[in-house]
Amino acid sequence: MMDSERRISEHPILGSPEKEPKVVRFYYDGKECEGNEGEPIAMALKAQGVMIHRYTQKRHEPRGMFCAIGRCTDCVMVVNGQPNVRTCITPLEADMDVRTQYGVRAMEEGEGK
Amino acid sequence: MKRYDVIVVGAGPAGLSAAIETARRGLKTIVFDENARPGGQLIKQIHKFFGSKEHMAKERGFHIGEDLLKEAEAAGVEVCLNSIVAGLYLDKEVVVKQGDAVYHYKGDSIILATGASENMVMFDGWTLPGVIGAGAAQTMMNLHGVRPGSKVLMLGSGNVGLVVSYQLLQAGCEVVAIVDAAPRVGGYGVHASKLARTGIPFYLSHTILKAEGTNCVNGVTIAELDGNFQFIPGTEKHFDCDTICIAVGLSPMSKLAKMSGCAMEENGRKGGTVPVISETGETSIPGIFAAGDVSGIEEASSAMIEGRIAGISAAEYLGYTGEEETERDIKVQEASLDSLRQGMFAPKNRGKKIETTDEGCPISTHLLRNGYLNDEEVWNYPGITHAASIHPVIECTQNIPCNPCQDACKKGCIKIGTDMTALPQVDPDAGCINCGMCVANCPGQAIFLVDEHYSEDSATVTLPYEFLPLPKKGDAGVALSRGGSPVCDAEVVAVRKVPAFDQTALVTIKVPKDFAGTARFFKAGEENVG
Repeated sequence: MMDSERRISEHPILGSPEKEPKVVRFYYDGKECEGNEGEPIAMALKAQGVMIHRYTQKRHEPRGMFCAIGRCTDCVMVVNGQPNVRTCITPLEADMDVRTQYGVRAMEEGEGK
Repeated sequence: MKRYDVIVVGAGPAGLSAAIETARRGLKTIVFDENARPGGQLIKQIHKFFGSKEHMAKERGFHIGEDLLKEAEAAGVEVCLNSIVAGLYLDKEVVVKQGDAVYHYKGDSIILATGASENMVMFDGWTLPGVIGAGAAQTMMNLHGVRPGSKVLMLGSGNVGLVVSYQLLQAGCEVVAIVDAAPRVGGYGVHASKLARTGIPFYLSHTILKAEGTNCVNGVTIAELDGNFQFIPGTEKHFDCDTICIAVGLSPMSKLAKMSGCAMEENGRKGGTVPVISETGETSIPGIFAAGDVSGIEEASSAMIEGRIAGISAAEYLGYTGEEETERDIKVQEASLDSLRQGMFAPKNRGKKIETTDEGCPISTHLLRNGYLNDEEVWNYPGITHAASIHPVIECTQNIPCNPCQDACKKGCIKIGTDMTALPQVDPDAGCINCGMCVANCPGQAIFLVDEHYSEDSATVTLPYEFLPLPKKGDAGVALSRGGSPVCDAEVVAVRKVPAFDQTALVTIKVPKDFAGTARFFKAGEENVG
């Protein structure tokens, strides 16, 4: 599925977005990406097809967005160096650095999984 | 420490309604909500609501939410967002986390309207990315315009599961199946039928055995359950999908009530642990009230009324209104609430197996098992008749509190009477003028306008349509049955979309005469009819 197909451009009930969203650049695991300013970080990632937000500490199992309203904390990532940020309710800002969280931290450079 | 007459926790339908009533009566009112936007889950509800005019029936949930916000603003309610109420202590002291700081507030009365959280069910692979709550799907597609996935399996056939499945279709996702461990569809039959006629299969007495995939979901296996909810070997069925949506009920979020020392009860019919409340919503602690899902899982429509009752009561508790006035105002709200709490799906009937309607019509077991009525049994219901000219056919077969169809028809073709849960009756000779208002206004999308004698050998069926692309006049395709199977060729002869229909389009298809009673959906393009 293409990025554009993950976004709903026209909805039978809600129509099209009233105003064009402001597209901003951000970084996902060091890779340059685009998202809509102010939307939850998780939505910007979802639109890119990102499913895995973190790996659990002990068993290294993948976790992704689950409740999307800030309750379950499954979607936490390292944002601008701060771990445990609930990406489903944290608004996206230009130039944000978003990283997959391993346990409670981002992977250091050169570190294997 | 800041002091308020009333502190309301939660800016959803119950909390806002409560705050409107207290602010209007002159009480200094503040509402805290942890979310960035007010309105609770109402702002994600894009379907038309059930009920009657006073419950804002036939309006879409998010419009009701917008109206409620305007009302709150006009009443002078202060709404504080991104504010997590972390504690409720003795003497009604409230601790609120805003940003990185914690603030203390004192309320002379407190109204808890914290709502509910989604239940989960554990199966092999349930933690894989791609397994999401039904609420998450709603948030993604209706609030943020992002599709939750391309192929989705829905677990749960209650109203949440059914409504969200329909919304997934509207967002352009494919729903591969609706699965429920219960032997019967849990939600309104009309919600199930509008999915079944698009071809989505229902698997009752089934549940998920395993979510498949290593890094994220790429498939799912379901299996049938026996009478003791054990898997029956050999009944496994596999579906390719990238998303599994869980809609297995809600639990009241009543922790603040418990924390403050309110008497609590475990009540299955209310969905879990709830504060014990009086008829006016007051808990065991004078001046602390609870309204909406936190005091028992119900619909948003009833939450709004409960909120108003709690607000009216809080005003009396603080001496702002007299006993007589309060009694009068509460009576009005209680009557409205009582009318919503009738019918087969009423809280008092939860878990009961009901076999006939109030009118004595048999409840369709085919509907409860497959999500749609079979072609023979439709004639058991008073909304379905033959007529010489165009007339409404109302496939509404359960006693649910809803009557917009009666108000929609200015010609008197449709009669429900004063009891809102009664099945609609159609008078085929009342002179239907094909205005389409009943079709567009029916929140269950259960009304069709049928002209059995459109021409010598053809009939027309007008059906509600809320998908894109919208068919155009002249389009050829096939008509689908109630169960979603192609039954005959069909041609679109009219498409109507006017503001009064509120985004529901009316598509009229021409079909061979014999299919007037079975063609219930339209699919463009060629398909083998069998």
